[in-house]
Amino acid sequence: MDERSTIKLNLTQKEIKEAQIRLGREPNETELGMIDVMWSEHCSYKSSRKLLQKLPKEGKKVVVGPGYDSGVVDIGDGDIVAFKVESHNHPSAIEPYNGAATGIGGIIRDILCMNCRPVGLLDSLRFGNLQSSHSKWLFQNVVKGIADYGNCTGIPTIAGEVEFDESFETNCLVNVGCLGFGKLKDLKLGRMDNPGDIIILVGGSTGRDGIHGVTFASRVIGEESELDRPAVQIGDPFVKKLAIEATLEALRTGKVTAVKDLGGGGLTCALSEMSSKGNSGLEIDLNVIHVREGKMTPYEILLSESQERLLFTVIPEGQRKVLEIFERWGLSYSIIGKVTHTGNLVAKYNGRIIVNIPAKLLTNSPLAVRVAKKPKIKSKKSISRPAIPSNISKTIFHLLQTANIASKDIIYRQYDHEVGVRTVLKPGDSDAAVLRLIGKNKAVAIKADCNSVHCFLDPYNGHASAVAEAARNVVATGAEPIAITDCCNFGNPENPNVYWQFRQAINGMSYMLKGLKIPCVGGNVSFYNEDETTGNAVKPSTTIVMLGLIEDLKLITNIALKRTGQSIIMIGKTYSELGGSQYYRLIDFPKGKPPNAVVSRENASIRSIIEAIRNGYLTAAHDCSRGGISITLAEMAIKGNLGLKIDAKLIPRNIKVRIDDLLFSESNARFIVTTPKPLARKVLRLARKKGAPAAIIGEVSSDNYEITWGKKRIAWNSIDQMRETWERAIPEAMVGP
Amino acid sequence: MKTAIIQFPGSNCDLDIFHVLKDVLQIETDLVWHTNFKSEDYDGAILPGGFSYGDYLRAGIIAAHSPAIDQVEIMAQEGKPIIGICNGFQILIESELLPGALLSNQTRTFICKWVNIKVETNNTDFTRNISEGTILKIPIAHAEGRYTIDPKGLKDLRENDQIVLRYVDENGNLTKIGNPNGSMDSIAGICNNDRNVFGLMPHPERASEKILSPFSSSDGLKILNRFVHT
Repeated sequence: MDERSTIKLNLTQKEIKEAQIRLGREPNETELGMIDVMWSEHCSYKSSRKLLQKLPKEGKKVVVGPGYDSGVVDIGDGDIVAFKVESHNHPSAIEPYNGAATGIGGIIRDILCMNCRPVGLLDSLRFGNLQSSHSKWLFQNVVKGIADYGNCTGIPTIAGEVEFDESFETNCLVNVGCLGFGKLKDLKLGRMDNPGDIIILVGGSTGRDGIHGVTFASRVIGEESELDRPAVQIGDPFVKKLAIEATLEALRTGKVTAVKDLGGGGLTCALSEMSSKGNSGLEIDLNVIHVREGKMTPYEILLSESQERLLFTVIPEGQRKVLEIFERWGLSYSIIGKVTHTGNLVAKYNGRIIVNIPAKLLTNSPLAVRVAKKPKIKSKKSISRPAIPSNISKTIFHLLQTANIASKDIIYRQYDHEVGVRTVLKPGDSDAAVLRLIGKNKAVAIKADCNSVHCFLDPYNGHASAVAEAARNVVATGAEPIAITDCCNFGNPENPNVYWQFRQAINGMSYMLKGLKIPCVGGNVSFYNEDETTGNAVKPSTTIVMLGLIEDLKLITNIALKRTGQSIIMIGKTYSELGGSQYYRLIDFPKGKPPNAVVSRENASIRSIIEAIRNGYLTAAHDCSRGGISITLAEMAIKGNLGLKIDAKLIPRNIKVRIDDLLFSESNARFIVTTPKPLARKVLRLARKKGAPAAIIGEVSSDNYEITWGKKRIAWNSIDQMRETWERAIPEAMVGP
Repeated sequence: MKTAIIQFPGSNCDLDIFHVLKDVLQIETDLVWHTNFKSEDYDGAILPGGFSYGDYLRAGIIAAHSPAIDQVEIMAQEGKPIIGICNGFQILIESELLPGALLSNQTRTFICKWVNIKVETNNTDFTRNISEGTILKIPIAHAEGRYTIDPKGLKDLRENDQIVLRYVDENGNLTKIGNPNGSMDSIAGICNNDRNVFGLMPHPERASEKILSPFSSSDGLKILNRFVHT
């Protein structure tokens, strides 16, 4: 048809045939391009959607589950929270600054579409080791991209996580999340239900950037990927800020029937999803769209992924009022067409119909049949365990220096985490961020979590652990976990070993979610995180974003030790589970059993903590995970600027554990808490009632960090030195090429 | 006393300061779009933080050409109190209502952090009720906050007692470690010669409720209280 016929399609021959049958004719080039995008892995979830059905999505608080721009939960008094997390891995691996920035832009729109004000951003980042200059470059620019974009929009970046592992050297993972507050009565769903409504495209102009971004994201990264850099969009946070305010104002008029974000797949995706969900059709004129560059073809206009664009449907009599709002905010717009009842997406160009295709054909892709096969374990030869370190104090210092444990201050200092005057617990204060609802006696806690090494060694238990850890993190702040949204990051699903990992991951998550009675209200899947040259896939990593509700501001709890003489209590049992632990990685020991995830243990510990906080017993609470007990204690001491004295002999444990297990094992279902001495017995009694092993293991002291075994001292460090080591590790690693 | 919060495209602390004035201090306050602002309607004005016009060209410079600034100038001449916070301070500097310049932080990064701010003079509309030497805990959040001025200008600021706030360390000393962005003379806030126009980089509105403060303080109110009185 035109020069575009040279565009490389990702559709298989079978899929092209299927499209012809469903359409009843040969699709033209433009239509084929649209099908190609909509049936890409990124838009269609063709490899994942069947398995994703296994995740529990029902719950009393669920308002909107998976399938919309974001999940929505009811937090009482007519208040709702919308939240969502998405990957922006491929663009960030090629162009870290704009890739990360536009990831933020996209996720903000997903919240906005539900008529919620975005009030918090979070990011879950994975890079190669910081010894690599490529990883440093990615790390620095991703963080700067998030900071520059997020800060300008006036939405605080409040939480996140960062992990460093060599499997992310080429394919860094950038998962960005957003949450928003709104009212149940004002909720909007991005669907065209109302034939006759006017369709308006608002915001940034449509350019050639980002064309076929989603098909790029549905391929592995190879040498040619550098050529895909034009597929990375450029963001404009200032226009985004205007679009946020204008959208919320327009929605307040009551004249807007739906709003939808233009993200991956551009106009094609937004139009087809909105009409497909509403069982309607639509007719648009491509000539009226405000474009950035001349001579754009219909194909380019329909597939452009230019940023900062939103699609509105408005009742005809409200058009004037809504347009006035866009004009006042200085936003460009085009009235591009109207909603029909035909079920078809019809696009005209130069007066001619050039696209006429059922919306549902685009949104219901054929499923891809994938095979799952458990990878063979190379050697079963058992290696004896490494010797117990002769200088445990030194080992603890070395752990504090590892990038995965060291302070992330260098990152979150660059994020405005206070704007909005809602941030009660700030990055670094606690296991999760806490945002209050202004004028109400309640708050929400939110946290992103995953341990990719555990997920790699045992995808089932690793992913179940990620859910459990995320739950413990919000619980430690005083919250009741109420829902998750997730972002799955895997290699090529056409590889049976990768698909097996994915299946195990979903099963593991599903087990833990059902056990803890937490629904999953949305998610995102990113496949093809793989380096074509080396054939290496990323370690399977599903970011779990857990939302918790705090029903009284007085319950908010952080991790810092508060007062000398208070009792330190360990909740939950420690097992010999050092496989994939930060300690084994430090000493480069490749074997060992990663932590098991067991619902009954998690429930016992979580219920103990929730009730202890509600009863006002606890002065600090910290989930025990990466680095084990030794690091959990160190963090509590550093944050509180106080010391502690612990007798490791008192730690509840499985019979076979050694001292290295006790201090460094990353077993699940554990918390360390502090309480005024007279209340310690009450905490123990409560834990016993809930079925959680618990013991007083020591007390808060004035300055040093001391661990004994009975009377014998086994570790002794100064808190100031520990803090310095912990704070300086990442800034020092970033110095040099 | 009726106070205006002037909103520019890209302001993003406007709703925050509105909340504090209206809900915490219970002052009659309006959010006013910059093109609609009239000095005669108000007894005081606040230029809020954010990224007016996306910080394009240079932080604050485009907003400094808004018609609102002419009105702010009239207000200033009438002796009414005006505060510019963060981006608002940058706008006051760019519109030459306050002297000096605000350059990129010495770290060349955005910094969001609670800092110690010493009140250097109580001879202003805004610090009248705070004893000199008081240390306030207030957060900063900016990329361009390194205050700079020529030697003559600095001398004038000192001689006229226009340096209102300085960054200090935990012990109240002027040290490198206490000066987060590398500001000249550790300057965090200054006022004009008439002492009714005040610009500061720290965000008092973020330090006005105990629940938001790591120190359970509400030091920001000590400054914003100014708008309670006529």
